[in-house]
Amino acid sequence: MADSRDEPLVLGIETSCDETGVGVVRGTTLLADAVASSVDEHARFGGVVPEVASRAHLEAMVPTIDRALKEAGVSARDLDGIAVTAGPGLAGALLVGVSAAKAYAYALGKPLYGVNHLASHICVDQLEHGPLPEPTMALLVSGGHSSLLLSADITSDVRPLGATIDDAAGEAFDKIARVLDLGFPGGPVIDRYAREGDPGAIAFPRGLTGPRDPAYDFSFSGLKTAVARWIEARRAAGEDVPVRDVAASFQEAVVDVLTRKAVRACKDEGVDHLMIGGGVAANSRLRALAQERCEAAGIRLRVPRPKLCTDNGAMVAALGAEMVARNRAASDWDLSADSSLPVTDPHVPGRTPAQDHDHVHELGEENLYS
Amino acid sequence: MLLLALDTATPAVTVALHDGTDVIASSSQVDARRHGELLLPAVDRVLDGAGLTLDAVTAVVVGTGPGPYTGLRVGLMTADTFGLALGVPVYGVCTLDGLAYASDLAAGQGPFVVATDARRKEVYWATYADARTRLTDPAVDRPADIAERVAGLPAVGAGALLYPDTFPVAHEPEHVSAAALAGLAAERLAAGEELPRPRPLYLRRPDAQVPKNYKVVTPK
Ligand SMILES: [Zn+2]
Repeated sequence: MADSRDEPLVLGIETSCDETGVGVVRGTTLLADAVASSVDEHARFGGVVPEVASRAHLEAMVPTIDRALKEAGVSARDLDGIAVTAGPGLAGALLVGVSAAKAYAYALGKPLYGVNHLASHICVDQLEHGPLPEPTMALLVSGGHSSLLLSADITSDVRPLGATIDDAAGEAFDKIARVLDLGFPGGPVIDRYAREGDPGAIAFPRGLTGPRDPAYDFSFSGLKTAVARWIEARRAAGEDVPVRDVAASFQEAVVDVLTRKAVRACKDEGVDHLMIGGGVAANSRLRALAQERCEAAGIRLRVPRPKLCTDNGAMVAALGAEMVARNRAASDWDLSADSSLPVTDPHVPGRTPAQDHDHVHELGEENLYS
Repeated sequence: MLLLALDTATPAVTVALHDGTDVIASSSQVDARRHGELLLPAVDRVLDGAGLTLDAVTAVVVGTGPGPYTGLRVGLMTADTFGLALGVPVYGVCTLDGLAYASDLAAGQGPFVVATDARRKEVYWATYADARTRLTDPAVDRPADIAERVAGLPAVGAGALLYPDTFPVAHEPEHVSAAALAGLAAERLAAGEELPRPRPLYLRRPDAQVPKNYKVVTPK
């Protein structure tokens, strides 16, 4: 009998924020990536409203699972496992996805894998560029997180090197877009304006880049304040605000710091691959500058296509498939949503070990950070 | 007929199996903070206790609230997904109807009230003519604001027990049981009634503030 562990067929469910994502993968091959977004319902609030997101997840879940299976052309009976984002994320939103995944896995008699949202953002690149090199350096940037992570094994060993000490990078884009009256979400619109602006027009500060600052941590709160002050000063003087130049100069300050620190981490750790994921990885200037700096440093850059960078179910399925392939223990039926699941937990294994002999051996070597 | 009924709209996580005539297994646990963790193991336990597996179920019945949203959604999402995976219908029953059906007052004479705890010093409530006949749409209100409308009526549910000023004659049960929900659904189905697809009864808009213009950061 062919061992399905080589190329496990896994369905993944993601509901940590405002996207209801359901993806299907076979090993490292993407079969379906269905996403229903409630972003338009949040736009008038200028940010994601948790209760609005949770209500939308409940409505969208069953149709999105249906759509993903049709798109993948597979039957639910043939799945080797169901994966779901167990955290981190919005508690109420996560709980909708976890409830659906548990019910689906239980009803189909399939193993359940509660996985980490951040590790999923890294693992999704396997669908684009093949198996992850080990180790992989990952820069994760989105509205909710900004971190540098070093992973020797995406199913068991993810080590945080640095993270933002205040705002996430994507949050800074949203806030500056609001100051400029450009609406929500801020990332895409700032990117668009910035293309026509001069990134060197205004010298905005680069946070935490002094010689005594932590090498891999980020700070975007000071930058946000500096940009807002600069704009207010123009407005107070009755002058027009050069939106394109402000957008370009602000964006340059963000991506300069992100890429500088990521490349430095690669050099310090002797890692020759850099993976960039999360919603902000869709930013065109971040991709370009990272490419430039990685080339100069002899580092291979891996950035998935934009649709795989933003939150989606395929990334969860990708990590779930890796859990199956590496015989990681499935989660228990009382799996809970954990809004602050630590990045060092790539998944939430059950308390009862697998009964298979091969598994027991694997498990003994697994818990490097527990 | 084998109905699987579940409800997470009150602090109880409650599951029951009903064969069309009787409840054959059930479980109720009260823990308002752990609906998500408790529900699936409870389903597993109830099926196990009856010596059955989920694929024997012919329809799923779920309490649609009203109830605190986060918990309420656990039951609704679970029921919906069971329906999808098993290819069986999923029926919604108002949680307050389940409480009315289980109440001793049902055997008595005259109308009564069902009230559950809506938190924020409010109750979810409706009035009933008898165990099977609701007179008003479920609503959410401060007890003092409905005191006149429920004056003189006996009441059941945690909402009634919590506010004796408004509900001086309050009775058990405190929370809904899936057994009652299943019994009511079985009765309605046997009578040829059509049961609706589940729709959550939130009764309140989401808490969301449209942010004011951004905060000015320039010092005065
Ligand atoms: Zn994300």
